[in-house]
Amino acid sequence: MGEAVYPESEVFHTEDMTISVGPQHPSTHGVLRFVVRTDGEVIGEAIPDVGYLHRSIEKIGEKCTYHGYVPYTDRADYLAAMFANQGFCMAAEKLGATEVTRRGEFCRVIACELNRIASHLISVGTFGQDIGAITPFLHALRERETINDLMEEICGARLTYNYIRIGGVGYDITQETCDKILVFLDHFDPIVDEYNRLLSYNKIYIERLANVAAITKEEAFQYNLVGPNLRASGVKWDIRRDIPYSVYPELEFEVPVGHGEKGTIGDCYDRYWVRMQELQESSKIVRQCLKMMPKGPAISKVPRKFKPPAGEVYVRVEAPRGDMGYYVVSDGTEYPYRVRIRTGSFTAMAIIDKLSRGIMVADLIALIASLDVDAPEIDR
Amino acid sequence: MQAQEIYNKLEKQFPGKVGLFRGDFFDPCLNVDAGAIVDVCRYLRDDPETAFEVLSDLTAIDWTKKDDEKIQVVYHLFSYTKRHQIVLKADLPREAPRIATVEGVWKAANWFEREVFDLFGVDFIGHSDLRRIMLPEDWIGHPLRKDYVEQEEYDGISTQRAPLVDKLLR
Repeated sequence: MGEAVYPESEVFHTEDMTISVGPQHPSTHGVLRFVVRTDGEVIGEAIPDVGYLHRSIEKIGEKCTYHGYVPYTDRADYLAAMFANQGFCMAAEKLGATEVTRRGEFCRVIACELNRIASHLISVGTFGQDIGAITPFLHALRERETINDLMEEICGARLTYNYIRIGGVGYDITQETCDKILVFLDHFDPIVDEYNRLLSYNKIYIERLANVAAITKEEAFQYNLVGPNLRASGVKWDIRRDIPYSVYPELEFEVPVGHGEKGTIGDCYDRYWVRMQELQESSKIVRQCLKMMPKGPAISKVPRKFKPPAGEVYVRVEAPRGDMGYYVVSDGTEYPYRVRIRTGSFTAMAIIDKLSRGIMVADLIALIASLDVDAPEIDR
Repeated sequence: MQAQEIYNKLEKQFPGKVGLFRGDFFDPCLNVDAGAIVDVCRYLRDDPETAFEVLSDLTAIDWTKKDDEKIQVVYHLFSYTKRHQIVLKADLPREAPRIATVEGVWKAANWFEREVFDLFGVDFIGHSDLRRIMLPEDWIGHPLRKDYVEQEEYDGISTQRAPLVDKLLR
């Protein structure tokens, strides 16, 4: 046993700590990992490490026919599979100059907006859970379960729908299902107020989120944030309103933006609050669609051998995680030459390193949750 | 601003560096000389008439047609204030493709370029953090290239299996 050696200096020696957060941490949405360098509780940098869920969906696209690729797009973002379907189908339709039936368009919007409610419920529910409130998560998932049941009735699947097809939708929505959707919405609307009382106006919750990791408009542009994250920074931009597609121009809905509700514009609370308001807007859209839905076929006649002429197209849809871009290049054969899926989570993830500098470890969790990043969508 | 006007503006500003304008495409596009990409991008962002404050997407396409082999890097630019878009394309050789990074113009390019580097093997000169993003650091090859062949095993684990169906159906 040697004698203990004490440092000559009287100064207490400290050094930065490097912690690996993830890839299976419950507050990282899906499997993603951060290498965090901290000085005590304060973060020096948090480097995201993604790719754990990379399934080469873009490469698979080059090996499938256009029809055959639709089920794969589900997997690009399994919390909002409907939008991934729609993005690809819209790209294929634009390339192949295929008509979509009017009833098909309404079926699409109903299914998509229900899916948006389900996705946002996951987002706000896990948001509460991430920062320590378990109950709201269970309340949110309870309502989402009903949507899953409705989706099962609409298309037979609860998560990866493969519902939207080139030219329309796979199955018509029956009157019986329409009635059930209306019953659900009547039940759901007051529940949003309940969430607000439980979570949104909760003092502890507000203090955890207000003024944390605010993103300015310029930063949001630089990092190409999209969807609710962009709107929270005060940019009134929604693809459904500004580059209209489907039947959205005929529908009335508000585009909620961040106003610095409880703190600064673009802070974590604003990002949360925008999503809460969008829940109600989606509900409004579905109600209108149920009223306006015309009779007719749900899908137009599309040749089984779908061969769009050579060309390229970039299509945007407003998914729950923002502007989802499909860049499809056709070389005139049955198979797409290149499919590129640009997703909102990918760019949202890239901003975390910058925003995390100088905030507390607990705030990092709030930041990740507020951006609503979704690992399958980042990695594809 | 119409795509044609944007092109005319660029042609005046960068004579000989831009060309092959395709206004008949769904999303009008033009080719930019690989050496001028950063200047063109910065000009398009800073000019008040174009004001492309956002890089919507950056990706690449591997063209393997005979006599026209190239890696094409594709930039989708978008302006929220002016509500217009333009697509820029830069052609690179398939052997050792290199192009300057536009990270200094739009920060979003950082991760986009890492992805293109990972999956296409394009070298972005001047990039601050050019590492693989989707695949492990020691992966061999670039999967989105058309002639990509998957390595037979990774870390001692086979990446291929003979399909069992053949044996069962015998």
